Amino acid sequence: MSIRARAQPRRAASGSATGRLLAGWVQAHGRAAVGALGRLSRTRMASAMTTAVLGIALALPAVFLLLLQNVEGVTADWDGGATVSLFMAPGLAEADYRSLAADLRLRDDVRSTDVVTPDAALEDFRARSGMDTALDLLDENPLPPLVIVVPAAELGADALQSLSQELGALSGVETARLDLEWVQRLHAVMDLLRRAIWLVAGLLAVTVILVVGNTIRLAIENRRDEIIITKLIGGTDAFIRRPFLYEGVWYGAFGGVLAALLVEVVRLALAGPAADLARLYQTAPLLQGLGAGGMLAVISSGVMLGLVGSWLAVGRHLAAIEPK
Amino acid sequence: MIQFDNVSKRYPGGFDALSDLTLQVDQGEMVFLTGPSGAGKSTLLKLIPLLERPSRGQIVIAGINLSRLGKGRIPHLRRRVGMIFQDHRLLHDRTVFDNVALPLVITGISHRDVGRRVRAALDKVGLLGREHAYPVTLSGGEQQRVGIARAVVTRPPILLADEPTGNLDPELSEEIMGLFVQFNRVGVTTLVASHDLNLVRRLGHRRVSLRDGKLVDDSASGGGQ
Repeated sequence: MSIRARAQPRRAASGSATGRLLAGWVQAHGRAAVGALGRLSRTRMASAMTTAVLGIALALPAVFLLLLQNVEGVTADWDGGATVSLFMAPGLAEADYRSLAADLRLRDDVRSTDVVTPDAALEDFRARSGMDTALDLLDENPLPPLVIVVPAAELGADALQSLSQELGALSGVETARLDLEWVQRLHAVMDLLRRAIWLVAGLLAVTVILVVGNTIRLAIENRRDEIIITKLIGGTDAFIRRPFLYEGVWYGAFGGVLAALLVEVVRLALAGPAADLARLYQTAPLLQGLGAGGMLAVISSGVMLGLVGSWLAVGRHLAAIEPK
Repeated sequence: MIQFDNVSKRYPGGFDALSDLTLQVDQGEMVFLTGPSGAGKSTLLKLIPLLERPSRGQIVIAGINLSRLGKGRIPHLRRRVGMIFQDHRLLHDRTVFDNVALPLVITGISHRDVGRRVRAALDKVGLLGREHAYPVTLSGGEQQRVGIARAVVTRPPILLADEPTGNLDPELSEEIMGLFVQFNRVGVTTLVASHDLNLVRRLGHRRVSLRDGKLVDDSASGGGQ
């Protein structure tokens, strides 16, 4: 009678060997998962507080990233809207700048051009500013003729810059202004913010790992006797480890769900002002939500971090408990 | 079934719990280990499921040389050795049923079989009606019987008991020992450490006496009844 030979449990000879193994594996994991859930529900208050900490720690980077994503979404098409305004010398004949505009239109790096005569510009200004009487006092129209050049969409920031310089040097052109600088500045600010947000997200991820790790360490201490007895009667390390790992996974999952809810709450709380802002700037609606994919990402990062935290705790503390 | 060859165990600090002990227990044998406290009875029992490793010498259990048994195989060894402790070592936040079921859950027995086998084990120790009770609501003798049911529920070929009647009155002690005799009758190799010499003599099985870590008396070397 060999220990090795009899170590395998005797089972009815039905079904394939792999099928039975799989069924056993599923049953073992199901037991561990349900058992861990049961323990969390027995210490409801403490579990809820841990979950709240995890939820907030996960929600903060999610909110920041979502805001960043929204700003990026709104500003993405602003590059394409870049134009070069050519202010012509005042008094230049209309035929001259009209022919310049027609010539420029033939260039590969120009999509279209538009001409604003001084008269049209003044009418427009009058309509928008409401300074009718003040404008009537003017002897002559102070506005220069304007040629608006819309560059080809595929031009990058550097190419736009050099195009603008080149057009500025043309005869008859007083100044060329590239309406892009503030967009570039905005992008630089957003690059900075993006990096800062990812750094904060990294720190909060470490927080989640530490919180779960510490919670699991306490759970291991609380169940010391049970671990010793289980080892005494032949529980493998995997068997003992499993419920603690699932506990970490549950914490991470609940924290992730809470984080997704918090993000939605924040979004709804900001929805009114954001809609006003969008209307004023005549942009697409601001503040898109997480969506199903985003929620899944938040919850699964919670699960992953919970697993990592509990794995670290289990690795450090479980081996130290041996029956005597 | 159990073979000790020149086994010594020295604990850190220099205390020799066992020195140069040689002992053989055949399959199906029943052996009582006697001797004063500190004689090495507990240490001897702990070496069999590798709760301790020997400092010197060789131990072979059911054909397995324990010195060659890797750490990962130890749980499988322990599943084939039922252990009973003086302090029962029950889980007090679990019912009697869950305590006895634990070894079956560990080995991955299917849910349906667990119930059947737990009830069979509880029936053997006379606690069939108490499966939903918690250990604290049971008397010392009943708790010990729960411990025994847990040890035998996987039908291990070897049963070890360390002072199982240490805290019990004579009548209960006799009942508990009677249970071990019953398990031994169905072929389980049984080792019981006890300092209750009167009771052990009355039962009439092989007696091995230890003193200061050495074997001083073996009532029937090579044993069998």
